[in-house]
Amino acid sequence: MPTQPPQDRIKNFQEVALGYSPEMARREAARCLQCRQRPCVKGCPVGIDIPGFVRAIAEGDFAGAVAVIRQDNTLPAICGRVCPQEVQCESHCVLGRKGEPLAIGNLERFAADWERETWGGAAHRPNRVRGGKGKVAVVGSGPAGLTAAAELSRLGYEVTIFEALHTPGGVLAYGIPEFRLPKDILAYEFRQLQLQGVELRTNVLIGSTLTIDDLFSLGFQAVFLGTGAGLPHLLGIPGEDLNGVYTANEFLTRVNLMKAYLYPQVDTPLYLGKHVVVIGGGNTAMDAARTAVRLGSSVTVVYRRSREHLPARREEILHAEEEGVEFRFLTSPTAIKGDEEGWVEAIQCVAMELGDPTEDGRPAVRPIPGSELWLPADSVIVAIGQGPNPIVARTTPGLETGLHGVIEVAPDTFMTSREGVFAAGDVITGGATVIKAMGGGKKAAQAIDHYLRNRSGRPIS
Amino acid sequence: MFEILEKELLARDIWKYTIAAPEVAKKAQPGQFVVLRLHEQGERIPISISDWDRDAGTITLIVQAVGHTTKRLAEMDAGDHILDLLGPLGKPAVIEPVGTVACVGGGVGTAIIYPEARGHRQIGNRVVTLIGARSREHLFYQEELSAVSERVLVATDDGSCGHHGFVTDLLRQLIDDGLHLDQVIAVGPVPMMQAVSELTKSRGIKTIVSLNPIMVDGTGMCGACRVRVGGAIKFCCIDGPEFDAHEVDFSSLLRRLRLQERSAAGCTSAENGTEGCKSQCHN
Ligand SMILES: Cc1cc2nc3c(=O)[nH]c(=O)nc-3n(C[C@H](O)[C@H](O)[C@H](O)COP(=O)(O)OP(=O)(O)OC[C@H]3O[C@@H](n4cnc5c(N)ncnc54)[C@H](O)[C@@H]3O)c2cc1C
Ligand SMILES: Cc1cc2nc3c(=O)[nH]c(=O)nc-3n(C[C@H](O)[C@H](O)[C@H](O)COP(=O)(O)OP(=O)(O)OC[C@H]3O[C@@H](n4cnc5c(N)ncnc54)[C@H](O)[C@@H]3O)c2cc1C
Ligand code: SF4
Ligand code: SF4
Ligand code: FES
Repeated sequence: MPTQPPQDRIKNFQEVALGYSPEMARREAARCLQCRQRPCVKGCPVGIDIPGFVRAIAEGDFAGAVAVIRQDNTLPAICGRVCPQEVQCESHCVLGRKGEPLAIGNLERFAADWERETWGGAAHRPNRVRGGKGKVAVVGSGPAGLTAAAELSRLGYEVTIFEALHTPGGVLAYGIPEFRLPKDILAYEFRQLQLQGVELRTNVLIGSTLTIDDLFSLGFQAVFLGTGAGLPHLLGIPGEDLNGVYTANEFLTRVNLMKAYLYPQVDTPLYLGKHVVVIGGGNTAMDAARTAVRLGSSVTVVYRRSREHLPARREEILHAEEEGVEFRFLTSPTAIKGDEEGWVEAIQCVAMELGDPTEDGRPAVRPIPGSELWLPADSVIVAIGQGPNPIVARTTPGLETGLHGVIEVAPDTFMTSREGVFAAGDVITGGATVIKAMGGGKKAAQAIDHYLRNRSGRPIS
Repeated sequence: MFEILEKELLARDIWKYTIAAPEVAKKAQPGQFVVLRLHEQGERIPISISDWDRDAGTITLIVQAVGHTTKRLAEMDAGDHILDLLGPLGKPAVIEPVGTVACVGGGVGTAIIYPEARGHRQIGNRVVTLIGARSREHLFYQEELSAVSERVLVATDDGSCGHHGFVTDLLRQLIDDGLHLDQVIAVGPVPMMQAVSELTKSRGIKTIVSLNPIMVDGTGMCGACRVRVGGAIKFCCIDGPEFDAHEVDFSSLLRRLRLQERSAAGCTSAENGTEGCKSQCHN
């Protein structure tokens, strides 16, 4: 897929990957072997009919392709851009055995973009749902909440989404940068949802502004929790409260949600400095590193394992390298040093060596004694993962949580320990992926439908 | 959108706003705050809820115009709308029957002390209130506080009203005069809270402070508000804003508040804050 050249894109926040032209899309789609076994479909968490939509693209029937995708995925323009395809659908593609797997994500993106640009969504716009089946509250407007809301509304429920922040989208809005996922796409998807009759209320913190019990008293018959895993982890090393140490969430929120890169046209400032050290190796670390590059800093990513273990999407790693991000593998931070005024000056790291594989398949790591070194740093961005936010659990009597604060649900029904309260997405799994959160949101919506119909004595279909 | 229903000047640069926010009003408790954003390009800033009227669906905010957003707010009038307002945030103050409580307010912190003093009074605690300000023209809420306190003592830096000196002098005097205090609550500028904390620590009096670090979301998502308490890092917006004063690392808090000097003075330029910075930034 064509991209903005690195030397240009490091100076702007516009999208890096430019998308296929119709000819390119048809040419790529024509490579598909239309395998009878459909191995690629098994790699997609929501089971999109991949050969089906790819054939439609190859035949130039773009509208047909969109229709196929939309049967299983409500946010194709987003998934085509952010799914880790190389470990999902594309990793199963037979073409990958001898050469390049089919670029399924790029094709999905193409179809979704074509739809938005051609019709403005008019054709797939579902009729405004009449409701009548009851009211359901959806808490959180990330991919899990969005998908649950779309599905519940399609099933005939009146849905209200409650979001704590002033803008909906969850990580899609405050975390993933504009240059990877243009905010217009997100706004477009929300418009569709609202046209379908879903109500959106921002500036409501469930557990505080309204509790779960309040939602039931307001007439909601079921509650879906898609509150995500937004609580940032810290390193627990000396110097972490120095000025210039940011969590990736703070840094990305200031830039993406509050648009600090436009300061002073916007009111949110940000101090970064010349040398930025990012700790971590996931998508969040890549987003932080590439954002810092665009703000004019030189960036080093410090990661404790080696390159092949980086959990980020492959495309992001490649793009980060092209944009001049420096990587220090097998390195782990041990302390942050400040100047006399308390501003970050340098970060101490230690070299790591890999050991035997652990339970999750990745090798254990241990520090090499005596290998400490100092890297100069004006800012340090900590991107080592997030856990679930405790607010809802703290304020909802009887809501049980498990390891690391995730909300416990019954595996088949997605119901929590509170009757009528369901959950899916990062809040039950810990930080995962957009498509997994969407898959969970959709299944939980179906489980809610099942629960409400049974409860009201109607037969299960 | 949240309409400003009334606006009143309480003291120099200190404005009182009555805002329509029915859901927040219904839930607000002493010690809690809101995060607001004035307009599309605006910053999210935290402001304590000084009062509320559950029936009328309104909350009262008392804001000192100190910087960009608070000055812009001061330019708004009754009838204008605040774009976003989220709350109530933070843990409510713990108000229990303890005996005698001294409520110490410094500067705009006096606004936050008010609902706490009232809360303590309502459950039967004996309340003594001490307020400090730079000068007479910065003082406010004396009457309101008198209505909920047994006594209100005033200190001004320039001696233009009450005691000439710091509010901590008054507190020390009170203790030395033999008043037995079971608890102290102090809200105000960091150096004032630190001074109160040092005094009460030496006298063994339990003390609560309400901290005011920089915040962004106010929901536990960004970590900007982290403070060191009892040696551990806490997120002020969800673990606070009130903490045991004797456990708080005030120097770390003071240092982190200086962030705004560099960030506000500058821009996102990489040279920002360095000697080579050529940016002609505002502020
Ligand atoms: C920087 C970053 C980059 C990423 N990149 C990728 C990627 O490229 N590909 C990929 O597949 N995944 C990526 N991920 C992971 C992915 O974004 C998440 O797995 C996904 O967003 C989880 O969706 P969710 O709906 O469960 O939660 P979230 O997206 O976290 O949304 C939760 C929402 O709930 C709101 N909320 C929380 N508590 C409350 C409450 N009490 N009341 C009201 N609202 C509340 C929050 O404000 C938020 O808007 C990335 C994550 C980050 C942080
Ligand atoms: C829990 C709590 C309760 C509070 N209650 C009250 C109250 O009741 N009344 C009251 O008057 N004040 C209160 N404050 C303080 C109030 O939030 C600040 O005065 C306000 O944020 C100042 O905003 P400003 O833009 O006017 O000022 P400035 O200081 O000029 O801010 C300028 C810019 O600097 C940025 N900035 C500010 N601080 C930081 C930082 N730490 N890091 C990075 N950038 C920063 C801001 O984004 C702003 O855009 C409270 C604070 C907290 C945390
Ligand atoms: S949703 Fe994701 S995994 Fe599924 S086909 Fe699309 S890109 Fe692949
Ligand atoms: S495995 Fe690859 S080639 Fe086969 S159908 Fe799927 S996308 Fe096409
Ligand atoms: S303000 Fe963001 S975590 Fe407290």
